[in-house]
Amino acid sequence: METFLLKNIDSPTSAEIDEYVRAGGYRNLAKALGMTPKEVLEEVKKSGLRGRGGAGFPTSMKWSFAIADPKFPKYLLCNADEGEPGTFKDRPILEKNPHLLIEGMVISGYTLGAEYGYIYLRGEYPGARDILDRAIAQAYEKDWLGDNIAGKGVTFHLAVHQGAGAYICGEETALIESIEGKKGQPRNKPPFPVNVGAWGMPTIVNNVETLSNMPLIMEIGGEAYARIGSADCPGPKLFSVSGHVTRPGVYELPMGTSLRDIIYTHAGGMKNGKKLKAVIPGGISTPVLPESGIDCAMDFVAMPKAGSMLGSGAVIVMDESVCMVRVAHRALKFFEHESCGKCVPCREGTDWLRKSLERIEKGEGKEGDIELLTDVSGIMSGRTFCPLGDGAAGVVLGMLKHFRHEFQEHIKERKCTYS
Amino acid sequence: MFNDTVVKEIDDIKSRYPDRKSALLPSLYVAQREFGWLSSEAMESVARALNVPESVVRGTATFYAMFRHAPAGRHVIQLCTNVSCMILGAEQLVDFLKSKYGLTPGGTTEDGRFSLVIMECIGACGTAPAMLVDTDFHDNLSEKRIEEILEKYK
Ligand SMILES: Cc1cc2nc3c(=O)[nH]c(=O)nc-3n(C[C@H](O)[C@H](O)[C@H](O)COP(=O)(O)O)c2cc1C
Ligand code: SF4
Ligand code: FES
Repeated sequence: METFLLKNIDSPTSAEIDEYVRAGGYRNLAKALGMTPKEVLEEVKKSGLRGRGGAGFPTSMKWSFAIADPKFPKYLLCNADEGEPGTFKDRPILEKNPHLLIEGMVISGYTLGAEYGYIYLRGEYPGARDILDRAIAQAYEKDWLGDNIAGKGVTFHLAVHQGAGAYICGEETALIESIEGKKGQPRNKPPFPVNVGAWGMPTIVNNVETLSNMPLIMEIGGEAYARIGSADCPGPKLFSVSGHVTRPGVYELPMGTSLRDIIYTHAGGMKNGKKLKAVIPGGISTPVLPESGIDCAMDFVAMPKAGSMLGSGAVIVMDESVCMVRVAHRALKFFEHESCGKCVPCREGTDWLRKSLERIEKGEGKEGDIELLTDVSGIMSGRTFCPLGDGAAGVVLGMLKHFRHEFQEHIKERKCTYS
Repeated sequence: MFNDTVVKEIDDIKSRYPDRKSALLPSLYVAQREFGWLSSEAMESVARALNVPESVVRGTATFYAMFRHAPAGRHVIQLCTNVSCMILGAEQLVDFLKSKYGLTPGGTTEDGRFSLVIMECIGACGTAPAMLVDTDFHDNLSEKRIEEILEKYK
């Protein structure tokens, strides 16, 4: 398939502005600047674009809220925290196609009436930091950033803000706290960031991939864009495929491509002829699916119906040798470590779940442990301050739904019979 | 305390934000680079450079995993053991670092050459298992590859 987000990334100099421009770059920004912000917003609305950060919120709707707020300045924050384990889809844009993101951010800033943007980049991507700084400097030099963009008197300033290893900072209000120099703990909503965000001002937080779709929407128009992929969540989508497949990597495919096709057609199927056992389809926070559940369309609407979520589109493929108790235990270790400690159900719940899973994995589980895991997850569900705690509970419930027998066996045999 | 060049660097960082407190995270990175870790002196220097209370600096600094609160070895190995890396053998690599280099998670080798930090996903899951050594990515790791790679960090 022809790619847009990953266009030209195999070239060793794809991150250079001259090469980007040669491949047609910044043309779409020029086009946008020839339209009114309202007209651009109309295209985004027609495109049906939904946010790629995990929640799938309609982008034009979020933008309309911020535009309607009379306060200025407004801020545009790019979420490049990419912390969801299994996810590495924003990295090729950041490292190989940074000008696509910059172009997308300037188009977005123009539409929103935001003159300042920040890229909140995870601390674990030091290489991307240097590449982005360089790309931003190049864009300033060529007047694609600054106070007189393309000679049209349009202003947009952009800087990188580096995170420091806290998964929760990917949550948009925690991200805002973090950019303000505080601990990354989620804020109460309402007020929503579109009204009271960074430094008390209307703030739009969008994922790297979301913003990188803007040039494409400008290029082909909202209507044509809406015909790519699923009808109710259109566009191209980046999938990060990892684990026991022949060709792991990032794939740009139409939204709604089936999970089976992603694994077998694009990622080359199972490695070493082993059998597929389970797939985590959208990053660690999304419920696991068994082999029988992979005939589902990977988009924001279909995945919940299939018993999981699209999340960040991070497909983790596991073969028959993998012990599900071990995976659940590792996932909960992650959630316990990353729980920001603000609310009790998550802080205590993740600690409790992790400890029980560790016991079961070690062969020290007791009769009744599975019921307790179910109860604790049930108590957490819907009662945590932000989706992190909810996700942790969902992971355990998903595991118990599809692989209960493995937990039972660990408890009965007092050991792991898988790996 | 920071020398003039560093003070200037921090002033420069401050100018990128509407308020000075927002320069805290980037300034902590600068302090960590200058002092090797966030000692009391390092955090005091940041507090002074930004004119924010030291308690605020400390509160923020302790929240984030990538800030070090003890001296580290000359090279910091950040090895991922999250699920995509785990199912491709990352935990065996943790054992290997222990048996071969006497390196335990959170610890430093006796000669002060390496420190080891266990990471949650570092975004290299497609080429797992993976680690960062200082700021360099290394992936598709095996025991043999780790040995070869670490040779280069003296
Ligand atoms: C615990 C947690 C972690 C998150 N991590 C990320 C992340 O790393 N990157 C991201 O873009 N969105 C992340 N999100 C989603 C953001 O809160 C937010 O919805 C998103 O950045 C909005 O952008 P979008 O509308 O373009 O998707 C996370 C949410 C939660 C609850
Ligand atoms: S759910 Fe967890 S991460 Fe979210 S606010 Fe509560 S403690 Fe913090
Ligand atoms: S799980 Fe190890 S790099 Fe992502």
